[in-house]
Amino acid sequence: MIEHFSLDGKRIPFQPGQTIMDAAMQAGEYIPHLCHNPEFRPRGSCRLCVVRANGRSVAACTSPAREGLEVESDTPDIQADRRSLLQMLFVEGNHLCPACEKSGNCQLQAVAYYCGMLAPDFTHLYPVRELDGSHPDFVLDFNRCILCELCVRASRDADAKGVFGISGRGIGAHLIVNAPSGKLGDTDFDPHDRAAQVCPVGAILPKHKGYDVPIGRRIYDRKPVSLVGDVADHQEDMS
Amino acid sequence: MREQQAKKVRVATCSLAGCFGCHMSLLDIDERLIDLVELVEFDRSPITDIKEVGPSDLGLIEGGVCNAENVEVLRAFRRQCKTLVAVGACAITGGVPAMRNHYPLHECLDEAYVNGLGVQDGGIPNDPELPLLLNQVHPIHEVVKVDYFLPGCPPAADTIWTFLEQLLSGKPVEFAYRQIHYD
Ligand code: SF4
Repeated sequence: MIEHFSLDGKRIPFQPGQTIMDAAMQAGEYIPHLCHNPEFRPRGSCRLCVVRANGRSVAACTSPAREGLEVESDTPDIQADRRSLLQMLFVEGNHLCPACEKSGNCQLQAVAYYCGMLAPDFTHLYPVRELDGSHPDFVLDFNRCILCELCVRASRDADAKGVFGISGRGIGAHLIVNAPSGKLGDTDFDPHDRAAQVCPVGAILPKHKGYDVPIGRRIYDRKPVSLVGDVADHQEDMS
Repeated sequence: MREQQAKKVRVATCSLAGCFGCHMSLLDIDERLIDLVELVEFDRSPITDIKEVGPSDLGLIEGGVCNAENVEVLRAFRRQCKTLVAVGACAITGGVPAMRNHYPLHECLDEAYVNGLGVQDGGIPNDPELPLLLNQVHPIHEVVKVDYFLPGCPPAADTIWTFLEQLLSGKPVEFAYRQIHYD
């Protein structure tokens, strides 16, 4: 039997076992998210999809849908919390969008536009992080990694390679590459890997095609993420 | 006529650690400049060449803060302007100049003035007139309170115009989706 819950007053059908996020996506309703991709097991780590379900704050991507649940997502206070989370993501890394090849195809930007963030007006951390250009086809820019673990999950679960991992805790958490040298060029990472296509930001970037599609004509330049969806679904527009 | 002029909104603008691109974008509002000068008069700005900022209604700051003079000018703007706006990526995040934050200051100076390509008889400039560089480049909200942020590198002329028009007419400031971008 099909059951229903409400999302911002709309009736959303779901099958038992689906999460709030699964059902919302299926119904074409957008709940902001960065670490979620329906192909992989949910992590619930970016907290952008936190909604209020019967008055309690829960991550939509990990919380099961329940009959009669009243879910609020697009409210001024929840959007304000999302802006604060986004601002923290921006200032914790080095996000200089005008100098980033991913700009316009970047889901972090797109979600920030959607949530109405005009500026990351917290104190900027300016961490000193490395670049890894050792791979012939891809460059890793750790300055822009938001620790969503999508590449970790894709490489482990879809590619069966385990190229990426997260090491350290708290503010020391960082992306690592599974090779004795720590270099991407010393792994079997390949442009056809799913892990090469799921990064929502400009941390895993293909080489040699940075500005083939000019700024201004990219996925999120024209339409909001709530209409065009995740960057991982738009690989054809980026190559 | 004089009465009308007295009512004009006084606007001050400056570029700190910026490239004047945001000012170019302001000029890019094209013939709407004629409408704008009906509504505003300029205080300190590259447009007037007034050197010290005086009491103003609106201050538009382009660029982040990279040296002691930037800090002084920014603080003067904050003291004199009722409303202060961070215009563009550099004012908001430090922008491209903040890419030097990855390196110790002396390494940047050595690279430019001592070891740089084609440098002969190099030496780091030390004229007392030169403002001292800060260790790192900062966005302006880390130094003063900022009332509005206009992102973009630069913000599009249309975005600047929408902002000015709404602000000057007392409407809530709202933008269309395509008017806001960080690049
Ligand atoms: S990864 Fe996205 S948010 Fe970060 S600098 Fe690049 S475009 Fe901007």
